[in-house]
Amino acid sequence: MSSQDIPEDKHLPTEQGDAHHGGVAVADDPFADPGLPAHKPRIQDIDERAAKRSERTVAMLFTLSMLATIGFIASYVTIPVDKIVYIWPFGHVSGLNFALGVTLGIALFCIGAGAVHWARTLMSDVEVADERHPIEAAPEVKAKVLADFADGARESDIGRRKLIRNTMLGALAMVPLSGVVLLRDLGPLPEDKLRKTIWAKGKLLINQNTMEPLRPEDVAVGSLTFAMPEGLEEDQHDYMQQIAKAALMIVRIQPEDIKDKQELEWSHDGIVAYSKICTHVGCPISLYEQQTHHVLCPCHQSTFDLSDGARVIFGPAGHALPQLRIGVNDEGFLEALGDFEEPVGPAFWERG
Amino acid sequence: MSTATATDKRKAPAGERVADWADGRLGIYSLAKSNMRKIFPDHWSFMLGEICLYSFIIIILTGVYLTLFFHPSMNEVVYHGSYVPMQGVRMSEAYASTLDISFDVRGGLLIRQIHHWAALIFVAAMLVHMMRVFFTGAFRKPREVNWVFGFLLLVLGMFTGFTGYSLPDDLLSGTGVRFMEGAILSVPIVGTYLSMFLFGGEFPGHDFVARFYSIHILLLPGIMLGLLVAHLILVFYHKHTQFAGPGRTNNNVVGMPLLPVYMAKAGGFFFLVFGVIAVISAIASINPIWALGPYIPDHVSTGAQPDWYMGFSEGLIRAMPGWEINLWGHTLVLGVFIPLVIFPLVLAAIAVYPFIESWVTGDKREHHILDRPRNAPTRTGFGVAWLTWYVILLIAGGNDMFAQYFHLSINAITWFARIGFFVGPVIAFVITKRICLGLQRRDRDKVLHGRETGIIKRLPHGEFVEVHEPLSPGKLHTLTAHEQYKPAEIGPTVDENGVERKVKLMEKLRVKLSKGYYGEDHQIPKATAEEYKEIQSGHGHH
Repeated sequence: MSSQDIPEDKHLPTEQGDAHHGGVAVADDPFADPGLPAHKPRIQDIDERAAKRSERTVAMLFTLSMLATIGFIASYVTIPVDKIVYIWPFGHVSGLNFALGVTLGIALFCIGAGAVHWARTLMSDVEVADERHPIEAAPEVKAKVLADFADGARESDIGRRKLIRNTMLGALAMVPLSGVVLLRDLGPLPEDKLRKTIWAKGKLLINQNTMEPLRPEDVAVGSLTFAMPEGLEEDQHDYMQQIAKAALMIVRIQPEDIKDKQELEWSHDGIVAYSKICTHVGCPISLYEQQTHHVLCPCHQSTFDLSDGARVIFGPAGHALPQLRIGVNDEGFLEALGDFEEPVGPAFWERG
Repeated sequence: MSTATATDKRKAPAGERVADWADGRLGIYSLAKSNMRKIFPDHWSFMLGEICLYSFIIIILTGVYLTLFFHPSMNEVVYHGSYVPMQGVRMSEAYASTLDISFDVRGGLLIRQIHHWAALIFVAAMLVHMMRVFFTGAFRKPREVNWVFGFLLLVLGMFTGFTGYSLPDDLLSGTGVRFMEGAILSVPIVGTYLSMFLFGGEFPGHDFVARFYSIHILLLPGIMLGLLVAHLILVFYHKHTQFAGPGRTNNNVVGMPLLPVYMAKAGGFFFLVFGVIAVISAIASINPIWALGPYIPDHVSTGAQPDWYMGFSEGLIRAMPGWEINLWGHTLVLGVFIPLVIFPLVLAAIAVYPFIESWVTGDKREHHILDRPRNAPTRTGFGVAWLTWYVILLIAGGNDMFAQYFHLSINAITWFARIGFFVGPVIAFVITKRICLGLQRRDRDKVLHGRETGIIKRLPHGEFVEVHEPLSPGKLHTLTAHEQYKPAEIGPTVDENGVERKVKLMEKLRVKLSKGYYGEDHQIPKATAEEYKEIQSGHGHH
């Protein structure tokens, strides 16, 4: 601790009573701005050897950057793109990505570090004050501008010739309409596209794992099966749009455990088929709890009770999952008995 | 002068001749006169904005590179590239070309990761930069317009990020796009039309990648570039703010000149930022789309999370109860539509704040000296309340992650967020304000009684006292330089003729707010010179 840090008695709230003629602090306004403090020289300002050291540090950083760039080019040329290397603590990573990133990072960082070190140790650090000027214009400038504007407006006659003004405003207001009209062909009208899926009476339920039609005996209690309608093929042009609506999940519940009457009617021997698309914002539901028959959407955690009409029991979804009415055809395959009776997926204004 | 004639005769150096040529056409000397030695004040927090600028430049550089290899198309292809686990899988060209960038283009993965990391850092830096500007009151006149420019950059940055990470058409981003589509559908009356027009038909369609691409690489960055230039021009024009201190007034700016110090510091800082992002991209994988697989609407992964800056919108939608109203054959999807409306409102609250505060203070003067956050307790309280709100929504947005890592019930976290959404900001506001007032009291104490030195002195009669060291004049000035507003009053309600005027509702509101900002108990009166003199001259009681 230097002597400056230990307060001497005369600075203390005083018994000697010398405060009035004492230090600057108790001048007329003790809080007055004392002005910019004097510049404190750095070691580099007074010791040329220290300055030389700084110079060498900066030059070394710039040199390091050059070497790193050479390293970057060398890595690019020599390391195969598919080479996997083990680097502690990152594990198995792409050797090329690691080498390129680190060399590029060093090359860039050293330029920055060199420049900043140069600025901090060798460039002048004397603080300078610049005057500010008000942003607002002086009154005479403002008066001149207003007068100019009045002149311009008068010469254009826009105030007097109202017919010109009004028709011009009308024309300018209308011309963007063409642009709006041009946007019409961005897409088709909704019509009833969101109300229908490709499910129809007699369509078989295809197991998405095996791509075979499902039989009732394929669906075990406690399992969750995903199914899609017969005739929908992956390479079809509209496969994505169709599967986004038609995706189905199938579970088997002991008929006596089904609480909802309609659900029981629409099921076959305890097998129920529900839309897989969450009624919240349309994520596919994929988590199934065997014991409770709850399904959970992994996106926003809406939870539905499949043993009770798939009603919402938690989360942000607004209504139950639509159920698909199913039965068994003559050959013993599960089939749809029609389309969903209500739109699948997220709710919308026209849903009703 | 003899040297003058000598200068006239010598041939000007090449650099000067180039400058002369340019000056004759562009007028660069007049421009340089006021700017080359422009003074910038020094404070660590002033470089936060630089991080935004530099990460934006990095994003543009790497983004241009990525456009050379990315195919913004949803045409289906079967993958036959070098990434073995995906061979034979059907996917869009967008996804396939992203795999190619990651596995076949040498350095492609690095540039992709730099692009993504820089985007994350860009939005984060903007938010932190805005916090700096907010908490120090740097948004006050004449800088309100620049605040709005900055705000627009933040919002556009978020949407540029969203459209960008949706481009690879992987399973995660496709799920995010589906979320957006579901949100659009909830808009009353026009929702289905907007969705059909945006996706060129039913979701997902074949158009959105190409459309997002032009939005992501042209429309939004173009607007942002314009705003950014305007933002920087205004920073130059207004000159930088500075903190109070000896020699620093509202009428000057104290610091070091652009050439050479800030040229080197700020220029060097660009390389530092770029270097750090490059190293991060070398060692930390971001958005490994190859592990997720291509997007198929009936597939999903668990733990689906947007990039962090979209997290609060995710929180809004997860915390909201699923209200739906069915009336006259129509559905009002409040459970999704209310979050969709609150989303811009949460953001707009930041945008309008400077105008609200200047209306409350009625202050029309320019402010170039920054406030210390403690000296504006109500503003600081509002800022922290907003951040609390934001963080609660982030927690709600990651409720599944928090449930998993901390072994908590997801329902409990959701309920915490639902209640916290309303209660959290209020609590944060009250606590912050109290802390600020406490700090103001401590400043006042320090000014009047000096700094506690930790040295215990024994007086002749045996009493122990702690020695307080008076502050230096510079410190005294700094701690008392802030202005303190007086709360507004409702003016006389009866004029000189005895006619009573009606006090307008807005005036009442303004006075009430002003009292809340500056009334008794809402700021600690700073030490006055009289108090100081009295204590300094009196007998030393601390």
